[in-house]
Amino acid sequence: MWNGDYSFVLSNLVKKDFKVRYRNMSLGVLWSVLNPLVTMGALAFVFTIIFPSSKQHDMAVFLLCGLVPFNFFAMAWNTGTGSLMENYSIMKRVTVPRELFPVATVLGNCVHLLIQIGILFAFTLGSGLGVNRYWIWLPYVWLMEIVFVCGLAMATSAINVYIRDTRYVVESVNTVLFYFVPIFYSYDRVPPQIHGIVHYNPVAAMILALRNILWSGIAPGWPLIRNLTFCSLLTLGAGFVVFRRLKAGFFDHM
Amino acid sequence: MAVIEFQQVSKCFSRTGGSKLLRVFLEERLRKRHQEVFYALRDVSFRVEEGESLAIVGANGAGKSTLLSLVAGLTRPNEGRMEVNGKVAALLELGTGFHPDLTGSENVFLNASILGLSRKRTAECFDAIVDFSGIGEFIHQPIRTYSSGMVMRLAFSVAIHVEPDILIIDEVLAVGDQAFQAKCFDRICEFKRAGKTLLFVSHVPEMVKHLCDHSIWLEHGRVKARGTPEEVLEAYSGHATAGPLQ
Repeated sequence: MWNGDYSFVLSNLVKKDFKVRYRNMSLGVLWSVLNPLVTMGALAFVFTIIFPSSKQHDMAVFLLCGLVPFNFFAMAWNTGTGSLMENYSIMKRVTVPRELFPVATVLGNCVHLLIQIGILFAFTLGSGLGVNRYWIWLPYVWLMEIVFVCGLAMATSAINVYIRDTRYVVESVNTVLFYFVPIFYSYDRVPPQIHGIVHYNPVAAMILALRNILWSGIAPGWPLIRNLTFCSLLTLGAGFVVFRRLKAGFFDHM
Repeated sequence: MAVIEFQQVSKCFSRTGGSKLLRVFLEERLRKRHQEVFYALRDVSFRVEEGESLAIVGANGAGKSTLLSLVAGLTRPNEGRMEVNGKVAALLELGTGFHPDLTGSENVFLNASILGLSRKRTAECFDAIVDFSGIGEFIHQPIRTYSSGMVMRLAFSVAIHVEPDILIIDEVLAVGDQAFQAKCFDRICEFKRAGKTLLFVSHVPEMVKHLCDHSIWLEHGRVKARGTPEEVLEAYSGHATAGPLQ
């Protein structure tokens, strides 16, 4: 039916997202830099002054390894979930492939992710932790996180068309997740009985991999990479299946 | 081969509009409450051959837009059979996806890509689109600074550069000033002369008579009359003035 240019639409949607978000702010892209720094500052204060027992060496890098992937995940999933309803006027009028909307929204968030990764690197190098050969894993683990969010956003954005509460459910899950992935505590503090759960959660696996590479300077470890890959690809597949099943009814439910 | 063929097509929607909150959704599941549905279209049959143009008239809520949405492939019928052959461009609404904070040219690219124009083709047509719209220097300004007429002119310019086989126009011609309307009208006549198919919803009798070969009148989702535009319009306008206030 629609035989346009997928990559052209995708790039235009991503550009729109980015421009619309920043054009009317006087500080513009600087907000992408400030946001994680503010959270990091607050957490660093709490865990060095109030709970000094949780203090780690190179606390800034330790926290950013958790915050940067988590922030991206939470933002991308949340905005991705709302993406279909946000573009409701387009979907009511044009047969442009519906899959493009959640994917474009997730990719739009990658622009901020890049800026935040820049901060993470700046702090890592600034702390004297240096580059090591395991850094070649970094593009791969980031890619897996993007794949994972795309899968989740496809599923929840489709469900959100049918049940509008989905977006709030996603928000709550994100809030809970903040405490259940090792952002401000280390993996060693997690009781061994639930290590498995943490391991199979791609967001947590992602944080652990980043910490291994950037903060400890060791290999991410094969089980971690394997679980991250497996869970992310599985989620993407499941997201596609859910989306395909639900998309025929989008028009009637909008 | 017919370009568009409808055979006893019906389309219904849920009364709640389909969208639900969790509570309603659960209630329906638990109590097996039946969804109330209403028919937006019922047993509609018609056929449009290549190069023909069909006008659809009817009061608000008669099912005109639903019919166009079906032809555009946005949704599927609940009953009946339909066939559409060819690339469809639907001007169901001008400026689909336009964002007020983006500049005119950014919106042109976004809108063109959504309507199915390739990157290369958009770049080629860009000057022609801007030229046709008559926006001039304003093209680099955010469209929230435009007058509503300017926005519509720009949107129409993008839409007519899509080059479809079937053009669907839903009352969007009431845009711009008289000069621009004349330009749009010429463009549509040109399209028709090129042997393309046109599906047209309008309340302007002169346009319908001038552009269309056939016409159907929809009322409450059913075909009330069909024939030449003159016949149908006469019946329709007689009904509209004789009938009670709507």
